[in-house]
Amino acid sequence: MYELIIIGAGPAGITASVYAARKRMNFLVISKDIGGQAAYSGDIENYTGYQFITGPELTAKFEEHMRRYNIGVKEAEEVSGLRKDGNIISVRTNKAVYESKTAIIASGKRSRELNVPGEEEFKNKGLTYCATCDGPLFSGKDVAVVGGGNSALDAALQLINIARHVYIINIADNLSGDAIMRQKVQENKMVTLLNNTQVTAILGERVVNGIKIKQENKEEILPVEGVFVEAGLTPNSEFAKDIEKNQLGEIKINHYNETSAPAVFAAGDVTDVPDKQIIIAAGEGAKACLSAFRYLVRIAA
Amino acid sequence: MDKKVIVYSTSTCPWCARVKQFLGDNNIPFDNYDVGADKAKAEEMIQKTGQMGVPVLDIGGEIIVGFDKEKIKAALGL
Repeated sequence: MYELIIIGAGPAGITASVYAARKRMNFLVISKDIGGQAAYSGDIENYTGYQFITGPELTAKFEEHMRRYNIGVKEAEEVSGLRKDGNIISVRTNKAVYESKTAIIASGKRSRELNVPGEEEFKNKGLTYCATCDGPLFSGKDVAVVGGGNSALDAALQLINIARHVYIINIADNLSGDAIMRQKVQENKMVTLLNNTQVTAILGERVVNGIKIKQENKEEILPVEGVFVEAGLTPNSEFAKDIEKNQLGEIKINHYNETSAPAVFAAGDVTDVPDKQIIIAAGEGAKACLSAFRYLVRIAA
Repeated sequence: MDKKVIVYSTSTCPWCARVKQFLGDNNIPFDNYDVGADKAKAEEMIQKTGQMGVPVLDIGGEIIVGFDKEKIKAALGL
């Protein structure tokens, strides 16, 4: 049995693991991937100490730090359940079941899907959730960005330099996000902003060739070759069934990163921490580990 | 005999940079094609994989989509 299981190896989980290693805890890190959302970030300019660094570069730095303490990660393993039986926490994954005295849930968030016909079929065949990664493949083509917040605006601004025309399909009345980005997007002649509009289907043959959109009660087909989904994020908290969450599905924590279940802690974007930033997640991971450590000392006494 | 390694990437994709760094760190020579700029190679990539996600690695004919470290290491015999 472990003293601690850390679920997730993004900035929160990785930082927790470094703290755990330095406390010489007997722990395990289980994660689908290394780096989490941060790994997909293009340009990071607000991680203190690194004036400018890309997501993968920062992830590589985090991995270097873990290697220093010989921290191994059970990678490509996904947690499907977490249960507490008395004082034992059982963590079930797609490969095994692990037991521990404490756990830190640092599983982050994932892109929200549109849940429309054609989405699954055309993933990576013209439909993508990463404008930074895939944008260049659509040079000179007409594309659609689905969303209305900062991520959608960021994607649109990147695509303006690449695509022939950018349609923004926003379900709300207005764009949200930073004023400066909204202005840049709205002023640009290559952008057509469609508010109060919803995507109802993704169309295509071998690859995407259009989307069905609905405005008021009118449906039409918009011919586009690329669809960039930037419609929000959803917390990876489904496996933590008996743990209290807010209406967004985020795990509720206190100042000590304690959740509603004793011995279960949580850190980073999966929690209801007000702001989701890489550096905040890292700090939260450290706090959670220190809380878990103090808990173990208390129960041993 | 060493397998020929081809990488299909875009100039802005963070994972593509990671793949190239990984190959470089392990002293594996590779050919890199920027599918954002080279439409012919983009089509080649789509033919090989049936999809448009990057990065794509062709390691001696074995196709790997994305920076799947374990699969890449296995394919290279690392």
